[in-house]
Amino acid sequence: MTIYFIKRVLQAIPLLFIISIISFILMVAAPGDPADAYRNPELGASQDLSGVIKHLGLDQPYHIQYLKWLKALVLEGNLGYSFQDGRPVLEKIVERIPATLTLMGTAILLAFIIGIPMGIYAAVKKNSLFDYFALIYSNLGYSVPSFWIALMALLVFSLKLDIFPMGGMRENYDSFDLMDRLHHLALPALVYAFGVTATKTRFMRSSLLEVIQQDYVRTARAKGLSEKKVILKHALRNALLPIITLLGFQLPALFGGALFIEQVFAWPGMGRLAIEAIYVRDYQVIMGTTMIGAIMVVLGNLIADILYAVVDPRIQYSKN
Amino acid sequence: MNQLSNPVVNNQIQVPEEEKEYKIENRFLVIWRRYKKNKAAVLGLIIFSFFALVAIFAPWLAPHDPYTYDLYDSSLPPSWDHPFGTDDLGGDILSRVIYGARVSLSVAIVAMLFSMVIGIIYGSISGYFGGWIDNIMMRIVDAISSIPYFFLLLIIASIMVPSLWTTILVLSIVGWTGPARYIRGEILSIRKRDYVEAARATGEKKFSVIFYHVLPNAIAPLTVLATLDIAGNILSESALSFLGLGIQVPTPSWGNMLSRSQELTTLLDYPWMAIFPGICIVLTALSINLIGDGLRDALDPRMKR
Repeated sequence: MTIYFIKRVLQAIPLLFIISIISFILMVAAPGDPADAYRNPELGASQDLSGVIKHLGLDQPYHIQYLKWLKALVLEGNLGYSFQDGRPVLEKIVERIPATLTLMGTAILLAFIIGIPMGIYAAVKKNSLFDYFALIYSNLGYSVPSFWIALMALLVFSLKLDIFPMGGMRENYDSFDLMDRLHHLALPALVYAFGVTATKTRFMRSSLLEVIQQDYVRTARAKGLSEKKVILKHALRNALLPIITLLGFQLPALFGGALFIEQVFAWPGMGRLAIEAIYVRDYQVIMGTTMIGAIMVVLGNLIADILYAVVDPRIQYSKN
Repeated sequence: MNQLSNPVVNNQIQVPEEEKEYKIENRFLVIWRRYKKNKAAVLGLIIFSFFALVAIFAPWLAPHDPYTYDLYDSSLPPSWDHPFGTDDLGGDILSRVIYGARVSLSVAIVAMLFSMVIGIIYGSISGYFGGWIDNIMMRIVDAISSIPYFFLLLIIASIMVPSLWTTILVLSIVGWTGPARYIRGEILSIRKRDYVEAARATGEKKFSVIFYHVLPNAIAPLTVLATLDIAGNILSESALSFLGLGIQVPTPSWGNMLSRSQELTTLLDYPWMAIFPGICIVLTALSINLIGDGLRDALDPRMKR
């Protein structure tokens, strides 16, 4: 177990290394460079930035620049500085992470609470009316762009019916007001969950259908157990396992989806930070959010894999 | 037959007379017969054909010129003259939606073709060489797919000057990892099968084994992957254009028609600007997803979800 754990952690390191190379290449490919943050727009072209360029090492070959960048990143957590306000990129991102995680966490939780029972019921009552409904819903969930469903929800529930606020995270800025927070969280989280729940429902259904065909389920039935016990106690346990890894696989898409939900609902998370940065072409911030997003995905996958190994005793760790 | 035939094989197989009467069905007919059974997939095909026809015959179907803006007619609600209303610059939304089908569908399909080609070549190379080359190449794929999808999409789009072709390029750069991983996995698994062993035993080169034996067997699942990729591209293109990083006005695309609705006042006062292009995106993506699912079941009954 510990060996598997260590091996899995070691596997993540080259991955992060390659991600850092890709980020660096994209940053070099982007127009402008970090020295632009020091440019004074009033001085224009007459400003002499050679000192800054030398200090930042931008006159050196790319591989040395990369090593310098990586060293700053790993040792100091330095992702560069935003050219809008000169603040460290990492600081700007870190203050946005809780908002994103709150939104994502709530949505994923909702997706589990709604999607898994829906998938189970659809599998148990295969080819019933409910099953068809679940099928239609899960197909829709794959096909509706998240920003459009967000716009529609905003139009109906906030602008027309006025049930939910129009965006943002809170209205009460003086103190922490749980109801106010929940009121703001509800609509974005529900919209976000719309797509995630669809995949959960679909996977739960097919996973359970597969498990039901296994011999041990037939044995449980032959023992005379009630159908409820067979499904909930015997089949479900094994059918639930793939859902955990699925969550790991989905993380990149989940982070991406957050971009649009946050944008439409003015949710002050990482995704909105990235889009704001893209509009003004603040590449240091864009790359920073991407790097942090990727690191979170890698860590998420790591956790999902380890959880899977802990939950499923059948996993064999190959020696080679 | 001038080659020496294997006497054992020839002696053992004796085709009984009555079995000769069975007609071997055309492969496509078999697939089509299985496909037909899936009602949802047939519905998907009908909806998709509708949009494809709309895209092809756009000039004859559009009631107005999509590129003509009449500022006196801006932001009109749906009426007989403008069934879907007009946008804030006075463009007829129905006509722009019809031409948008052209743009959105062709961008999605061309980007799919590019990412398939890149993915197949990359995956084949990786699977062909194996060993440490394969290891490094696949770690790169892992790294790219660990970067949140839309972040990567937006970054690459923001580096380039947005246009129709850069949109296609961005979608293909981001989209090739799926087919690459698939082909590589297929090569590794098919490589161990008996008929490939047999082909190798006859002295065929590794490359020709991949080309003549592995790839043809991977085509069926690849078709499914390609179909679903089109749906994904339609969604991604609309998302890019929605944020102004994809296809640029005045070229109509379903995504960029929605971008005005980011302003809450526009969304509230002129909801038709957001509703109609959005419905087209949903219906097209839905129909393609249904086709993909139907194809998956029809091409390989063993792959049932």
